[in-house]
Amino acid sequence: MTLNAAVTGAGQSDIGRRLFRDPLELTIDACMEAIDSAGLTRDDIDGLATYPGNMDFPPGFSGAGITEVQDALRLNLDWFTGGIEMPGQLGSVINACLAVHAGLARHVLCFRTVWEGSAQGDKGRSAVMPGGGRGGGGGGGVRMGGFMQWRLPYGAPSAANWIAMFAQRHFHEFGTTREQLAQIALNARANAELNPKAIYRDPMSMDDYLNVRMITSPLCLYDCDVPSDGSTAVIISALDAARDTANTPLRVESVGTAIHGRPSWDQWDDLTTMAARDAGAMLWRDTDLRPDDVDIVELYDGFSFLTMCWLESLGFCGRGESGPFVEGGHRIARDGQLPLNTHGGQLSAGRLHGYGFLHEAAVQLWSQAGARQVTVTRPGPRQGGPPATAIAAAGGGPLAGAMLLVRD
Amino acid sequence: MAEQPFRVLPRLEPATEFFWKSGEDGHLRFLRCNADGTFIHPPAPVCPTCVGRDLAPSVVSGRGTVATFTVNHQAWFPGLELPYVIAIVEIDEDPSVRFTCNIVNCAPEDVRIGMPVQVVFERYDDVWLPFFEPVGASS
Repeated sequence: MTLNAAVTGAGQSDIGRRLFRDPLELTIDACMEAIDSAGLTRDDIDGLATYPGNMDFPPGFSGAGITEVQDALRLNLDWFTGGIEMPGQLGSVINACLAVHAGLARHVLCFRTVWEGSAQGDKGRSAVMPGGGRGGGGGGGVRMGGFMQWRLPYGAPSAANWIAMFAQRHFHEFGTTREQLAQIALNARANAELNPKAIYRDPMSMDDYLNVRMITSPLCLYDCDVPSDGSTAVIISALDAARDTANTPLRVESVGTAIHGRPSWDQWDDLTTMAARDAGAMLWRDTDLRPDDVDIVELYDGFSFLTMCWLESLGFCGRGESGPFVEGGHRIARDGQLPLNTHGGQLSAGRLHGYGFLHEAAVQLWSQAGARQVTVTRPGPRQGGPPATAIAAAGGGPLAGAMLLVRD
Repeated sequence: MAEQPFRVLPRLEPATEFFWKSGEDGHLRFLRCNADGTFIHPPAPVCPTCVGRDLAPSVVSGRGTVATFTVNHQAWFPGLELPYVIAIVEIDEDPSVRFTCNIVNCAPEDVRIGMPVQVVFERYDDVWLPFFEPVGASS
């Protein structure tokens, strides 16, 4: 199946640790920049998509929903979607691709806004955790149903804990080391140094990494992304409609949305893989391109281990081989054969929750990345020129969605 | 009895109440299909193997194996002594049935993947939380 869909615009608000600004305003900033970037106007937008939709809890997780953005911009919509039960954060963008492919809309504005930095204030992550920050003895009135009832009684409220257990099992089965995992964080920081919007830009050394405090073994502080404020938006257009846009359309060559195992953080069949395994395999199902054809990869790093998981899942190395693959960091560096997280990822550029990777893939393919613009070094027809193919992938645990973009 | 640390407790609901109260008589139970013996966890109204509806809580040995773990150093909640071990335990009767819990009565640095463990309950209000400890730790 060839999707009749392309990325035609991308925008981003100010990004900060704690901006203390109205998240809807950040959203409008990102949306207007994306619309301008595509050479479109508000009147051209007939579709709207977001993740996770309007949510009050956890604080800061959702900065704006569909209705607020539609109303603020007075959009006339033929199609819209917002929600959280989809193949990861990019599932909302993939939904938009399907909408334009099916002809329900021509130009869909997709956005994701977070304000987790401001929501935490000076109280740290526990301030936004279920039951966090509340005192009282056992049975003190706070009760939890749903899937969190299996985590919270045991002091395991964070995805950091859940993902750490996958990383530990990966270390156990394959001999993966902290020094290997560190390359994801060190690479992100090195790239962030060239990104003026990145939150952490000071150089980081292996010693810095190995000596920072442990959060939940084997994940240390630098294996965890940084809660932030910011909004990202992209425009998805039908290919025929994309002929009118300002940027070269980035054709959506294929997508990965599969999950064949149990949708669970602890009942998943293989504790060294996640849903990325199935989404990654599916990405190659409907395309003749292969991992060797990909110029850059922007792979989710909410926690560093997730990037390792995506590298394996997308076939850039074999199962269990991501440690040796990233060892030393040369292969994934900006001048390596597979530049990875060229903006600094969520680890250093800020937790924009999935959409940041797609934004970065787009601006790199359009050669709009400024000081951090990547040149292809891998031998082949594009060596020495700008990248023309990219994968953006997002999600961890039972959430996984991936997109392969091509600039023809 | 020493004062218990703060823990967020599960809300007792018709599908899960048997599980969280199972420790009252010292036994761990998982939902099981009477037709084909499949264990079902977390509890669901249908057997995933035969889609049968004849399901009932079934006593298990309380023995299991540490499939993976993490030593948590972050103070997510006030009152829990740091560090503590969070683990996924596979039960002996069916390793595909896993349970996220804490490993207790064991120094965090001594926990290993593959370690045999057994259930130990601690009562909080009307809930008997299952924890796991190394086999023989408190016998």
